[in-house]
Amino acid sequence: MSETLTGAEALIRALEHEGVEVIFGMPGGAILPAYDPLYDSPIRHVLVRHEQGAGHMASGYAHATGRVGTCVATSGPGATNLITALQDAYMDSIPVVAITGQVARTSIGMDAFQEAHTWGISMPVTKHNYLVTDVDEIPDVIREAFHLAATGRPGPVLVDIPKDVLNETLQWHKPGELNLPGYKPSVKGHPKQVQAAIDMIHASERPVLYAGGGIIRANAADRLRRFAEVANLPTVTTLMGRGAIPDSHPLALGMPGMHGNYTAITAMQKSDLLVTIGARFDDRVTGKVDAFAPDAKVIHVDVDPAEIGKVRNADVPIVGDAAAVLEQLTFAMEHLLGANPAPPRTEWFATIAEWQRTHPLQYEQDPDGPIQQQYVIQELHRITHGDAVVVAGVGQHQMWASQYWGFERPRTWINSGGLGTMGYAIPAAIGAKAGAPDQLVVAFDGDGCFQMTMQELVTASVEQIPVKIFVLNNGWLGMVKQWQRLFYNERYSATDLTGTNPDFVGLAEAMGCAGFRAERPDEVAPTIEKALAINDRPVVVEFRCDPDAMVFPMVPAGGSNDDVVMRPEDLA
Amino acid sequence: MSTPYKNITQHVITVMVEDKPGVLARISSMFARRGFNIHSLAVGPTVDPQLSRMTVVADGPEMEQIIKQLYKLVNTVKVTEHRPGQAVEREIMLVRINADSKRRGEILDAAGIFNAQAVDVGATTITFEVSGDPGHLADFLELMRPYGIVDLVKSGRIALARDPKSRNGRRAELRSA
Repeated sequence: MSETLTGAEALIRALEHEGVEVIFGMPGGAILPAYDPLYDSPIRHVLVRHEQGAGHMASGYAHATGRVGTCVATSGPGATNLITALQDAYMDSIPVVAITGQVARTSIGMDAFQEAHTWGISMPVTKHNYLVTDVDEIPDVIREAFHLAATGRPGPVLVDIPKDVLNETLQWHKPGELNLPGYKPSVKGHPKQVQAAIDMIHASERPVLYAGGGIIRANAADRLRRFAEVANLPTVTTLMGRGAIPDSHPLALGMPGMHGNYTAITAMQKSDLLVTIGARFDDRVTGKVDAFAPDAKVIHVDVDPAEIGKVRNADVPIVGDAAAVLEQLTFAMEHLLGANPAPPRTEWFATIAEWQRTHPLQYEQDPDGPIQQQYVIQELHRITHGDAVVVAGVGQHQMWASQYWGFERPRTWINSGGLGTMGYAIPAAIGAKAGAPDQLVVAFDGDGCFQMTMQELVTASVEQIPVKIFVLNNGWLGMVKQWQRLFYNERYSATDLTGTNPDFVGLAEAMGCAGFRAERPDEVAPTIEKALAINDRPVVVEFRCDPDAMVFPMVPAGGSNDDVVMRPEDLA
Repeated sequence: MSTPYKNITQHVITVMVEDKPGVLARISSMFARRGFNIHSLAVGPTVDPQLSRMTVVADGPEMEQIIKQLYKLVNTVKVTEHRPGQAVEREIMLVRINADSKRRGEILDAAGIFNAQAVDVGATTITFEVSGDPGHLADFLELMRPYGIVDLVKSGRIALARDPKSRNGRRAELRSA
């Protein structure tokens, strides 16, 4: 029964056993042995143009599908090029497994060609990592890596394998029982704490349900919505949690935080109870922590105990999986209510409605003026009925996309929240489309971001992954420019790309994509229609946008969430 | 090392970890990147051959966050913070004292009180081995300071929680109540 395989063959077989359907990667000397059996494997290999792209593709794939994304790189520069993507996935709790080649064991520490201390470099940017020194470990290590990436608080795991280990042989064995004595993520919340939470929610007059990316990771969106309805809780969704409750839902308040909407920010700020689930009181949400939601008690549900009390003390801490705990909370709340409805909180909802009426998101599209970025986003939403997976880079366009796109389903919003990695959009969109080929995958990108990872459009063309990239070209590093305008006396140091930007349409065509350009507002809708009609190759659409547009509302960095700036004049 | 142990907030933490390559790096890196300072660190085997025990003495106002972060490391099996008095704490020290022939007798007498053993005697110095709880070592150093401390090395503290049913354990419980 037992079969002799090389380490490389065992690696590929182990990946097949994990159900890996696609690997994003680039070969090189040390990982070369693994690429030989991969040639015969049913696993699809997507050849990237830069390893960072492979990492973000794995992340986009994981975001869109909920499965573990897999990327492969060689030793040295291959591995170091993955680091940004690993830290990105770590910050946003994305399940990714990275396989890297390493120089032969005898060369480790000898400053060999393409040697880097990948294990050490990747340690602080991964949930866990391995250096495999014994070929027999390969099946078990791969099993552990996928288990660790996907369970508990998900995250990236790296497996570094020296070339000579890949070339040695082993008797293939299916991985045995997991031996992880220190790894036991909690699933269910403590019943006493759940009861305490329910009592606190029931007694609350101004509660806000603060839903984060953990809801998406735990596939708990339906349960969140049900709980919000049963307990009658207005619900904010963080940048990572967009889509956790439909934006069209009457209880949905949209995104809080530095560029959130006034109502979401202010509802949290004035609340007497924050029911926090799968969120981590990120500084972009809280603003100045000491001034954040000063009257609010806190219920904090998280699968990661280290998040609870890290930034804000929790009155009721609950360690557990968001889906499981939401189930418990809903059950307990239904039991408490019996035949009665939840408290109507009429005054609170009236206050919220008044904020919504008086402080809407707003911009104006002058029909003869430059294209407003928000207008492009809204037009695409209108034309597609919002039925798309939306990916974004980092900056102004990302904030506008999150603000103006109405998200109705989880896993339809993919962006780099924690790390804020410019250039994320194109590779993440490719990964998402590879994992969800039947869905329309669109990316909003900035002209700055686009130039960081645009070479992956070659990957998309060659691999026939027809993503649609909407470049909101304002000719500036727009978010940085916005800060320079507001806080640095309009001294635009190193942010002006006007006149130095390349020809995006020409670039798109050179990389095998269709390319379009829209320069006036009346060209926006027809150009979107043209882009949506093409499905046999990637499409890039450049929109020449207003160079002076700024993202509002805004809570200036370090400021209190009491001071939401709705327009630039308010800052003076 | 120059700071006397009594004047800063120190915490004694036992970290039981899987005995695997690189675990020490994971633990020390965790302290570094979360902004905690390690005062001393002692690592050794335990009764279970698959585990090793690290005794970390760390500076800082509170340890809850770092303990949670330590638990997040996949190889960490158990973390315990020892409140003062709840653990037996020991440290071993080798210390070389200036001791010319005139003061040698005096120094040896003083050392005897501390159960310090002379382990190396040179023309102008004596090296003592002394072990005990951190207070014991500090007191010994205070006593020796006037003679001139030439060099010293400490093993780092090790700690074992007291049996809660022991006399000392019960006293510790009463104190902390």
